[in-house]
Amino acid sequence: MKSMEASRLTDQAELKRFVDRLLEASPAQQTEVLVTEWDSALTRFANNGIHQNVAERDVSVRVRVVKDGKTGVASINQLNETAAQDVLRRAIAIADLQPKGELVPMPGPAKSQPVEAWSDATASATPEERADFVEAICAKAGRAGLKAFGAFSTGAEQLAIANSLGVFHHHRSTEATINTVVMGEAGSGYADRSAIDVRELDKDDLASEVIDKAQRNQNAQPVEPGDYEVVLEEYAVAEMLEFLSFIGFGALAAQEERSFMRLGERITGENIDIWDDGLDPSGAPMSFDFEGVPKQKVQLINHGVASGLVYDMQTAQRAGRQSTGHGLPAPNTDGPFAVNLFMAPGSTPKPELTTDIKRGIWVTRFWYVRVVQPKASIITGMTREGTFLIENGKITRPVKDLRFTQSILEALNSTLAISQSTKLQISEYLGASRVPALRLKAFTFTS
Amino acid sequence: MKDLAEAALNAAQMKGASYADVRLDERVQQDVTVKNGQLAAVSDDASEGLGVRVLVDGAWGFAGSARLDIDEVHEVVDRAIRIARASARARSTPVDLGPPVTSRGQYKTPVQRDPFSVPLTEKVELLLRADQAMASAKGVSIREGSMEFIKQKKIFASTEGAYTEQELYESGAGIEATATSPDDVQNRSYPNSFGRHQGAGGYEYITAMQLDRHGERIGQEAVALLTAPQCPSGVKTLILDASQTALQIHESCGHPTELDRVFGMEAAYAGTSFMTPEKLNLLRYGSPRVTITADALTPTGLGTFGWDDEGVPAQRSYLIKEGLFVGYLTSRETASVLGQQSNGTMRADGWNRIPLIRMTNVSLQPGDSSLEQMIAETKDGVYMETNRSWSIDDKRLNFQFGTQLAYEILNGKRGRMLKNATYAGITPEFWNSCDAVAGQAEWRVWGLANCGKGQPPQVAHVAHGAAPARFQNVKVGILK
Repeated sequence: MKSMEASRLTDQAELKRFVDRLLEASPAQQTEVLVTEWDSALTRFANNGIHQNVAERDVSVRVRVVKDGKTGVASINQLNETAAQDVLRRAIAIADLQPKGELVPMPGPAKSQPVEAWSDATASATPEERADFVEAICAKAGRAGLKAFGAFSTGAEQLAIANSLGVFHHHRSTEATINTVVMGEAGSGYADRSAIDVRELDKDDLASEVIDKAQRNQNAQPVEPGDYEVVLEEYAVAEMLEFLSFIGFGALAAQEERSFMRLGERITGENIDIWDDGLDPSGAPMSFDFEGVPKQKVQLINHGVASGLVYDMQTAQRAGRQSTGHGLPAPNTDGPFAVNLFMAPGSTPKPELTTDIKRGIWVTRFWYVRVVQPKASIITGMTREGTFLIENGKITRPVKDLRFTQSILEALNSTLAISQSTKLQISEYLGASRVPALRLKAFTFTS
Repeated sequence: MKDLAEAALNAAQMKGASYADVRLDERVQQDVTVKNGQLAAVSDDASEGLGVRVLVDGAWGFAGSARLDIDEVHEVVDRAIRIARASARARSTPVDLGPPVTSRGQYKTPVQRDPFSVPLTEKVELLLRADQAMASAKGVSIREGSMEFIKQKKIFASTEGAYTEQELYESGAGIEATATSPDDVQNRSYPNSFGRHQGAGGYEYITAMQLDRHGERIGQEAVALLTAPQCPSGVKTLILDASQTALQIHESCGHPTELDRVFGMEAAYAGTSFMTPEKLNLLRYGSPRVTITADALTPTGLGTFGWDDEGVPAQRSYLIKEGLFVGYLTSRETASVLGQQSNGTMRADGWNRIPLIRMTNVSLQPGDSSLEQMIAETKDGVYMETNRSWSIDDKRLNFQFGTQLAYEILNGKRGRMLKNATYAGITPEFWNSCDAVAGQAEWRVWGLANCGKGQPPQVAHVAHGAAPARFQNVKVGILK
């Protein structure tokens, strides 16, 4: 197939012809085709040098058929006519062989609002450009007597979804992300940046942040575990928000009574506003979901009150309402997910979040967070690469990393200040969040 | 396929690679899920492609593509070479792979019944029977059962003359019952948590689980947990079931003995390790009852194969011998730094990823006790079963685990059921407090199919042989 020059993705018109031919060839009553194609590269560095450096080009063609009230799903990673016939045959065979289950409806056509998420500069980034970027960070770390570790990735992706009811949506996106840990003899710092356009990544700004953090985080001493007032940087806030989404913002969790969301009730402090918006260009936008439904903005927590959930086709059908455009690829038993999260900024400059804190902890980021009790939104994890003691309004010294065990909602219930700036954090799993840094009155460190 | 591999190696050498290897992978996977008495999902996924890894000027480059034609092979090689040259601009020390590896041969997972030849209806019927058994426990609100089958054909070839072909099978299944109340959610699962119990083998691995015979029990336990008392806090004797012991091994021994972590190669993501080389043969990691091996020859283990993804033969080695830290999991590149040879643990999770050091079957050797005996000898303790949550720091020292189910142990007898049980500790202190491990009769290989590592992320399927084990003076129940 003909390819776009820079990123080696299949030409959009050709992709549409492939999808149309597959839909026409299907003998099923309803057919859905989801194509995801990506061309990505990642340069990894450790001890101030590149040690792994990779690139891949892959595609996924996922076909869902509904035949005689039964559903079959199959996928293949080839974009040619033989593969199309094979994946269709396997999906039909699965549908034919199985007993009837609950049918997940396919959506009809609806216009989606186009969003721009593409950068030619990112799509055509070269290994030499990545190496130069990495080398600059390593050199700065080296001059400071430190060692840099991390990964710099650039990638392009396109997604097309179509069904036999007339849906066709296409979206293409790019992403550039750099994360880095800088270590000294007795401590380390962390920083990351993500953008649609690789040219927005400022290596000097990144290097300054991470080197400064590493230099300040040497020879940390332990502090007693217990309840502390805390400042959580955006890295930590985004992870907390992602876990809230994972355990409770989806309609399936609510329908199965697993969610902490009690709609109409106040569940956090009144100064907390959280929403999902796939159309906001300051996130990682995408205008439709993996079922082909245009994305709607959903207010999840409004001035502290649980105000909405995200729906896919199945949960919407059960609730007798419309999908909000938060479906995942079929077959999906995990329910809908909010993957374009935003938390409203406040009015405090980030450096002033420590003001008036008599004794507290500054947390750069969390590590290895896991759910302990979903309904109480209790999670556990460690702090990592930049945990500091705050005394009388100032950061005074680094402290050894601490384990926390804490209800997210309880923590957000005592939000004392919110930074006026926000930062985009790309999820390790799916989607992204744009969040501020927070000052919280109480956070429990258990060891 | 063999022609494409040879073409890739020839092209890489012609273009300046001092070493190259190529992996061609073809993988099919079937997943079946039953939920609340209905078939909820069936999918059949196929993926194939090739990955080429080259060394140029002492630096690595890798490229992979799903397209398997000769033009694309040349493009992939060109891309890998260009990437390696870019790496060389900013590498620290040149890569030394040590002695050449020239393995040749074929390997196939022993399979009694090919899971892909078993009719879908038979799989669904078994899951529905197990679902019905869970439904017989009054108060269960969510029931879910699933199966997964994987077949992978792998070809590995290198410019050193290695050429291996492998056909690997995995089969897995599991069931889970969830009970909810207005302010609580409790789960019980069988045989393990987080989806499935998985092993290298055929459909016989599924039938041996007898899923339908355990549905009612786990359903009743999930409901009972809603009203069970909270696990009390304190320093107590802790007895772990075999599956939780397996996860403890994974997180606190498997990961910190990965030599790439030790050398900082994973520092920006998975972290480093407290088990640094100066501690080798000196660190008293555990009590004399603690012997842990890495063994890629263990039957049914997800870390069992013929050769790793560098062509190194599957083998057995000691990590911990009677409590002493004696070895690492290594690759060719990392082993040569210590003047050793690889013990064959490099695996990639597909054609599109480079191999990384991954656990094979990292197992605690059986002891001479039994669960019954351990309980009978315990005055004040807690027995914990089936993992619910796990978290450990980036050096693999400070951990906290939670389990689905627990029982108090008082004066040698099992007492009340407890919920929300957690325990926490520091790795060497914890393993040094191990004073009993159950024997061979209760030792079992536990598959773990969700081990994450690397950038871009990779998921490895690994396993751990384990039996119930007892630990003294452990902090349990830290929740407020």
